[in-house]
Amino acid sequence: MIELDNVAYSYSGAAILSGVSLELAPGSFHFLTGPSGSGKTTFLKLCYGALRPTEGQVSIFGEDLAAMDRDAVAMARRRIGVVHQDCQFLDHLPLAENVALPLTVSGQASPEQADNLRELMTWVGLTEKYEALPPELSGGERQRAALARALILSPDVILADEPTGNVDWEMSQRLLRLLVELNRMGKTVMIATHDLMLIRAAKSLVNARNLRIAGGTLQAAGADL
Amino acid sequence: MNTLDRIKTLAARDAGADRVVPPAGFTVRLTLFTAAAMAFLTVFALALSMAAGRLATSWGEELARASTIRISAPEVQLAAQTAAVLRVLEQTPGVASARALSPEEQRALLEPWFGPDLPVESLPMPQLVELQETGDGYDADGLRLRLQAEAPGAVLDEHSRWRRPLVTAAGRLRLLGWAAIVLIGAATGAMVTLAANAALAANAQVIAVLRLVGATDGYIAGAFVRRFTLRTLAGAAAGTLIGLLALLIVPAGGDTGGILTGLRFAGLQWLWPLLVPPLAAVVAFFATELAARRVLGGLA
Repeated sequence: MIELDNVAYSYSGAAILSGVSLELAPGSFHFLTGPSGSGKTTFLKLCYGALRPTEGQVSIFGEDLAAMDRDAVAMARRRIGVVHQDCQFLDHLPLAENVALPLTVSGQASPEQADNLRELMTWVGLTEKYEALPPELSGGERQRAALARALILSPDVILADEPTGNVDWEMSQRLLRLLVELNRMGKTVMIATHDLMLIRAAKSLVNARNLRIAGGTLQAAGADL
Repeated sequence: MNTLDRIKTLAARDAGADRVVPPAGFTVRLTLFTAAAMAFLTVFALALSMAAGRLATSWGEELARASTIRISAPEVQLAAQTAAVLRVLEQTPGVASARALSPEEQRALLEPWFGPDLPVESLPMPQLVELQETGDGYDADGLRLRLQAEAPGAVLDEHSRWRRPLVTAAGRLRLLGWAAIVLIGAATGAMVTLAANAALAANAQVIAVLRLVGATDGYIAGAFVRRFTLRTLAGAAAGTLIGLLALLIVPAGGDTGGILTGLRFAGLQWLWPLLVPPLAAVVAFFATELAARRVLGGLA
């Protein structure tokens, strides 16, 4: 699905990541942990082509990112659902239109897709919020809406960056179960989080590979998790 | 996608793309006002250019083959010298027709300076004789010599001495009008570019979200291009309408009127301003497209 081979990324001369190699195999589940500012978000951005490595190679669905033009990256991104901690939405559009935005920009909006949207909104428990504007939603609702938006095009890979950062424990468990359910449906999932409790809670639900970024390098997380 | 395809896409309503960019913002008012003001000015520049063109043509055609003979003589000799001049002109090759102006016509010529009640008969006025050339023209030097012999008070004025600089001036005024239109178009493009850049900067968050969900640069640019093109079209249409109404207020001076009284369109020329809104929209289309592509290309 997505492969990083000896990737380094530096910004304004400062090395953020170096020597990072990883393959996100189909159907795999990864946790990526590390302290704030360690480079977790940078890692995810490299995975979905929002950043290009300064060294090494990133392959997205078998294509070398360096050889992909901007449109090709956009097309690849439609196969990758991304959930951000800050849940960026278009605040002037109702929630349903925000969730359906990937359909709109890819020209796939149709009555059939409207059914999918309803199913998805029901699955994340937001059927009552169709017409609500994003600023009117709670943190948990925004996270679930972001997850629904990431799933509307039925992507192969889901990358979640601190998806439980702004929600309480109960909601974070609910989101985790949603992501595990998606993984059981065959989706590749990677969750970047500094919440070790979340990773521990997932142990009974999914066989995840735990990784840690420390000192700009990617390592297998130890037994402390 | 080539430019033609993009324009076709723009013309076909895409409600989704239209809605992704927030509708509010000062760039809406800025674009509408700029387009309206520029269209208003364009209509005037167009009218000026066309009025100058009509004047140049009018002066060029009407005066090209006309000359005047001014007979200044004591009152007792004036009729005889006039008759002699007309006789000479009848016999001059290249003169198609000649006639002495009536006192009424001479009074009309002086009316702009002295008013309608000028008693021409009581003034020592020269007699004017107007002549029209044939296509081959006449020998001006030979005519002058014959007039000198037959009517010593007659002076031939070929008009060309003062006509040429006027026609040149009118032609240049017409060019200036077109140059002003080009400059207005460029200024419109620059203003729309500024407004588009401001809108793109103000909507950085929107662009980030669109990219996150897989929007191509073409889609994002199209959302802005469509909006600015349609705003410019609406603003320019309003400005053009106001400009046309303003021109209707300017007193008409007929087709051969001067610049001030003739600052309007004639006949089918009234259709020319209808091109202003679509042309302004085309300028906005390319200005926004370039601005959007540049901004999006500069983003990671």
